[in-house]
Amino acid sequence: MHMLKIDNLHARVEGKEILKGLSLTVNPGEVHAIMGPNGAGKSTLGNVLSGREGYEVTEGTVSFGGQDLLALEPEERAAVGVFLAFQYPVEIPGVNNTYFLRAALNAQRKFRGEDELDSMRFLKLVREKLKIMQISDELLHRAVNEGFSGGEKKRNEIFQMAVLEPKLAILDETDSGLDIDALKQVAEGVNALRSPARSFLVVTHYQRLLDYIEPDFVHVLAGGRIVESGDKNLALKLEAEGYAWLADKHPHLRKADLAGEAA
Amino acid sequence: MNESENMTREVAAPVRDNAEVVEALNRRYEAGFVTDIESTSLPPGLNEDIVRQLSAIKGEPEWMTEWRLAAYRHWLTMPEPDWAKLDIGPIDYQSVSYYSAPKAGPKSLDEVDPKLLETYEKLGVPLHERAKLAGVAVDAVFDSVSVGTTFRKELAEAGVIFCSMSEAIREHGDLVRQYLGSVVPVGDNYFAALNSAVFSDGSFVFIPKGVRCPMELSTYFRINAMNTGQFERTLIVAEDDSHVSYLEGCTAPMRDENQLHAAVVELVALDRAQIKYSTVQNWYPGDENGVGGIYNFVTKRGDCRGVSSKISWTQVETGSAITWKYPSCVLRGDHSVGEFYSVALTHHRQQADTGTKMIHIGKGTKSKIVAKGISAGRSSNSYRGLVKIEKGADGARNYTQCDSLLIGKKCGAHTFPYMEVKNPGAIVEHEATTSKISDDQLFYCLSRGIGEEDAVSMIVDGFCKQVFRELPMEFAVEAKKLLEVSLEGAVG
Repeated sequence: MHMLKIDNLHARVEGKEILKGLSLTVNPGEVHAIMGPNGAGKSTLGNVLSGREGYEVTEGTVSFGGQDLLALEPEERAAVGVFLAFQYPVEIPGVNNTYFLRAALNAQRKFRGEDELDSMRFLKLVREKLKIMQISDELLHRAVNEGFSGGEKKRNEIFQMAVLEPKLAILDETDSGLDIDALKQVAEGVNALRSPARSFLVVTHYQRLLDYIEPDFVHVLAGGRIVESGDKNLALKLEAEGYAWLADKHPHLRKADLAGEAA
Repeated sequence: MNESENMTREVAAPVRDNAEVVEALNRRYEAGFVTDIESTSLPPGLNEDIVRQLSAIKGEPEWMTEWRLAAYRHWLTMPEPDWAKLDIGPIDYQSVSYYSAPKAGPKSLDEVDPKLLETYEKLGVPLHERAKLAGVAVDAVFDSVSVGTTFRKELAEAGVIFCSMSEAIREHGDLVRQYLGSVVPVGDNYFAALNSAVFSDGSFVFIPKGVRCPMELSTYFRINAMNTGQFERTLIVAEDDSHVSYLEGCTAPMRDENQLHAAVVELVALDRAQIKYSTVQNWYPGDENGVGGIYNFVTKRGDCRGVSSKISWTQVETGSAITWKYPSCVLRGDHSVGEFYSVALTHHRQQADTGTKMIHIGKGTKSKIVAKGISAGRSSNSYRGLVKIEKGADGARNYTQCDSLLIGKKCGAHTFPYMEVKNPGAIVEHEATTSKISDDQLFYCLSRGIGEEDAVSMIVDGFCKQVFRELPMEFAVEAKKLLEVSLEGAVG
């Protein structure tokens, strides 16, 4: 049984159609990388799946574990197991990181009809997950993302994922702005969370992240659709040759759709 | 810095609409019930006879009556202020009743009308046994009269006087006479003069030399009767090396007409004394169209009279149709310290013009101002602050931080920091920010499973953290809850 099935998805942002018939199926335990030139709709996909306001679905369906994902509110999507790791995690001044995470976890548990965790049980859970992510205690006592370095913000995202234990994790350009050491740390965290029951959508512009998080499938998103799918070798080919070769194969794609260069 | 420097700045920032947040703000006022209690009131109107009658009802000594009359005569000569950034309809001072008291005059807490106690219970006032559990001594003022003071014995053993102002005038006349009006003179401003003429009750606190008050002191004010004004008067005197923390809370029933609240609070800190004064104000703010609500015109001033004394004001203001108050510190004693921490939330058509004045006179005096304004609906929220450094205040320092949080696009936030620096060695710092609850912050919370209402109150709570930290523990919880209630409402 598939975990996520996107069928002919069309979505608009500020009146402009960005996704134009995207289809994708993800099974439990699979890691799918979504690559593509700038402006192809990579980030839009993550935002649409998470239910961000301003992203309007005009056509198509998204089924998540047999459930109509598009019918759910953003916070309900989180509760049924969708997690978005942000490209630019936002700061929330004055709100304690641990407090925030506990509120999130308990809101999700409440929605699912599970009992809420008291602070003792929550702290125990946090300690376990801290080991996986190698995050310092000190980070937990600070306000959400406030004054965090780029690497700390991204590690905090993965740490949140570890605690919330989603079924589907969408990593939106998690590698952007990270140096190689920080990138490795984040990838290690992600790898530790891979399991037969958890799937990943890794949205990235660069192949280098995939050296550390090895995907089962690689897709090219261009012109609002998946135009090419393959295994990790596809990513290597994109790295070596860029996107231009796809124009010969897919004459309907405009040059502008492939203008972004793979590094 | 120059010999003298004046600065005025206004920041008004419109923001993009966020329909859900605005809806989430549709507040409920939970303290809006009316208590059905027989009460004795003076007929509406104000003249010398009313002032004399008021004084007579309260059994006041001659000097007090004369003091009131002098204030009344002075008030008649004063024009109403119109300088604050407020939109106020004319107030008819002759239609207000200046005294209202529950009929059966209480002698002790056991004799207090059970209905009254019920009222306090609804308000969550920890009177009676609950007070003991909470370890808080409470003086509750209902309309104009103080109805009961808990913990008197325990306080008396420590030498602390904590009683209603009426009682203090009768029992501790010399102390009251020595300090009353010494911080806020009778003719200080229009509303202070009015208060001096007709104040009906309030609290009196006296902490003798070297005593650390063994518990938090607290007063709850409630306006119940119709067409009455509430004019309470609070005086706190902390002698050398003493220490006290005091909290007041305020509510009023929902009514269509505006009610006037014009209080005066005077604090005196002698050598090395410390006074911490916290306010949680939740007067009825009027409905969403701006009908009804309390006019909250309050003069609060602390006098750091002694060396190394310290006065700290903390306020959480969520109620009132109009709030006009500037808790201030006169830093007279060398090395004295003044602090002001404020959260002011306005919604619908509420107007707040609040801030502080720090007057540096003594050497090495320090002041710190942290003001947080939250505006929603069509409300207007202004910070107005004065930092004045006198010529002799060598080494004086001030730090001011004003942050505004806007919710919706029809509200306004304004900052008016005034500075008068007459000592070239003084250091005055000012920081101001205006932000709004961003779509990014909201979506971040939602994407983690936190619902919209909880997300908004979490973000607002975070914004206020710096101020809540200054409140006594149990009241910090209350303040947080109050903001949550204020932000409660249907989410779309």
